[in-house]
Amino acid sequence: MDLSYSDEQKQIKEGVERFVREEYAFETRRKIAATPRGWLPGNWAKFAELGWLGMAFSEEDGGFGGGAVETSIIMEAFGSGLVLEPYLPTVLLGGGALALGGSKAQKDALLAPMIEGKKQFAFAYVEKQSRYNLADVAVTARKDGAGYVLDGHKGVVYNAASADQIFVTARTAGGQRDGKGVTLFVVDADAAGLSRRDYPTQDSLRASELTFRNVKVGADAVIGTLDEGASLVERVVDRAIVGICAEAVGCMDAVNKATLEYIKTRKQFGVAIGKFQVLQHRMVDCFTNAQEARSMTLMASLKIDDPDVDTSRKAASGAKVQIGKSGKFVGQSAVQMHGGMGVTDELSVSHYFKRLTMIDTMFGSQQHHLTRYGNISMAA
Amino acid sequence: MDLKLSAGDEAFRDEVRAFAAANLPASVVAKTWSGRHFEREDHMAWQRALGRKGWLTYTWPKKYGGPGWNVTQRFLFENVLAEIGAPRILPFGVKMVGPVIYTFGTEEQKARFLPGIRESSVSWCQGYSEPGAGSDLASLRARAVREGDHYVVNGQKTWTSFAHWGDWIFCLVRTDPDKKPQEGISFLLIDMKTPGVTVRPIIMLDGAHHVNDVFLDNVRVPVENRIGQEGAGWTCAKFLLANERLGIAEVPASKRGVQGLRDIARAEGLSDDPSFRDKISDIDLQVAALEMSELRVLSDMAAGGAPGPEVSTLKVRGSEIQQRIAELACEAVGDYGAPYQPELLFRDSNESGIGADHAVPAAARYFNMRKTSIYGGTNEIQKNVMSKMVLGL
Repeated sequence: MDLSYSDEQKQIKEGVERFVREEYAFETRRKIAATPRGWLPGNWAKFAELGWLGMAFSEEDGGFGGGAVETSIIMEAFGSGLVLEPYLPTVLLGGGALALGGSKAQKDALLAPMIEGKKQFAFAYVEKQSRYNLADVAVTARKDGAGYVLDGHKGVVYNAASADQIFVTARTAGGQRDGKGVTLFVVDADAAGLSRRDYPTQDSLRASELTFRNVKVGADAVIGTLDEGASLVERVVDRAIVGICAEAVGCMDAVNKATLEYIKTRKQFGVAIGKFQVLQHRMVDCFTNAQEARSMTLMASLKIDDPDVDTSRKAASGAKVQIGKSGKFVGQSAVQMHGGMGVTDELSVSHYFKRLTMIDTMFGSQQHHLTRYGNISMAA
Repeated sequence: MDLKLSAGDEAFRDEVRAFAAANLPASVVAKTWSGRHFEREDHMAWQRALGRKGWLTYTWPKKYGGPGWNVTQRFLFENVLAEIGAPRILPFGVKMVGPVIYTFGTEEQKARFLPGIRESSVSWCQGYSEPGAGSDLASLRARAVREGDHYVVNGQKTWTSFAHWGDWIFCLVRTDPDKKPQEGISFLLIDMKTPGVTVRPIIMLDGAHHVNDVFLDNVRVPVENRIGQEGAGWTCAKFLLANERLGIAEVPASKRGVQGLRDIARAEGLSDDPSFRDKISDIDLQVAALEMSELRVLSDMAAGGAPGPEVSTLKVRGSEIQQRIAELACEAVGDYGAPYQPELLFRDSNESGIGADHAVPAAARYFNMRKTSIYGGTNEIQKNVMSKMVLGL
């Protein structure tokens, strides 16, 4: 057993941390969030150039042969600066789906240019009624000659406005909640019949509602096996969960640092408020929570590619429960210890709190994953 | 002891309901249910209607224009208004400065300021906190120097709710820097139109603008606008804070919030989810306990007592409960908490929401409610008060 980073991993970590330090000061981030795209193409080009877009893909797929640990290193540093560039939808979700389910032709056409920074993706899996159930899919894909015709609505699709391709789950067989009969498709973002309603999210990202009306795709738009998309998507999402858990760890460490600094300098009753025991204990609890979150995320990153599927599913859900719990405690405590300043838009603290809140909901809440963990464990 | 309502109480409740139905525009009530923010005029028009009826200052003694209601009637009044979705009565005039004026003010001051509060023709805001004086309010530094029959005031107030709507501000200022912190403070009423008063918005984490910085730059305030003796401001301040803490438990709003949670759970298909049902039941029971605790305090007050330091406990639990309700609503809407739609929350917009109507304000409300354990004295300070004043630790 060895839980220390290799020299290469340390180098990646230093590189991403330097980027965040130099390019993601809080006021810079505010400006980036206000641009029409909500992220900077120059930063994306840098990610490609530094190899971060291909870090976790095999050399055979055009990547650099890293895995979940490398992804976590990058996501953690991004979390510490609340980085807005669409790494999660493009690399972890779209790229992840191609790596796990894509054909050689699909990888050549989509994954390779993504790694070079030339393509961005969005991942449309949420529906209004689906509530974290990846198999609850009402969007239909009807067979039409050699291809398919897609109809229906997908919600809260991050990065859809910037994406070149949209990955979308659709029902090719079975009832609305059947595990079998879900297929993952890839659709060009400018396909005829695909319309968007774009909006910002609470945490300054961009998302869209997508409506598919008679959207025609070829047989080569199917990612993985027909009707077997639910398990592919579950796998992709579980790996992405480890990524956002690492992002949350980065958020927690950064906001804890800001809070610690604040309670050391803010004076009331003639002393720094960090001298009050009630705040000291709360600060200690924040650190403990962040440590537990880091531990569970590390464990998940080491187990997520375990050949035993239940081991990997439990690792993802376990980490997500911890992140939900810790993120809420750390976020709420940071706001509370900052007092009035904590509830303003002016300091970064509220922005970390909002991102941590959104991470808890994304891919299933703490409660959802607690139940899932219990179901998998009981069935074993 | 009795919890039952008399026939007279029930008739009273019907009267309040009928009045609200006749005087609250449907467009204003709709904002309550959809979680949108009120405009100044939404509050003021409703308060003027209550004022004409003699109900706005429902907590005031009859002598100063209160309706002379008993504890049960006040309780019913607050509950009916919450149930019906009325905008909350802004507390700054009615609950805060009004009682200070009729308790500590001169006859001239009462005659000059109370009618404007009773009729809601004048809107008030609170100049207490400063950048360096939050929990440690007594360390405030806004300085008032006497020059003939005026004070010249310099300083900065912060977290001033609705200063941008305010006609007048009541301020704690330091009139004697050489005395002990609590002894050098005076309570001044300042016309917001006085030269030297500047308001700067503070944008909150949900994007809302409620609070402000208020800068006071050589503001000349007539001495006759001081309430109480020079240097006796801390007495007014403490009196006001105790009243404030009683009101901010917000029990009726939380009762409405629990009902709202059940509606959201039904709409989200969560009404059969055992874990979510338990969470709602748990918060429902917490509200019930808080309501009964508040009724006990009110009952003591009706028997002649003043609100004691134990009201701090109501503030702490009230804030935690409001936060929990908002948190559960956010949990219930799942992915549809993510869309940020300020145009729907803060402006009169006809645009439709991204998700269901109840999802639109859910996350913003959760974020916004974090303020409740900070304002009116942080919960940490409330617990200090409790441990010292109630438990003698």
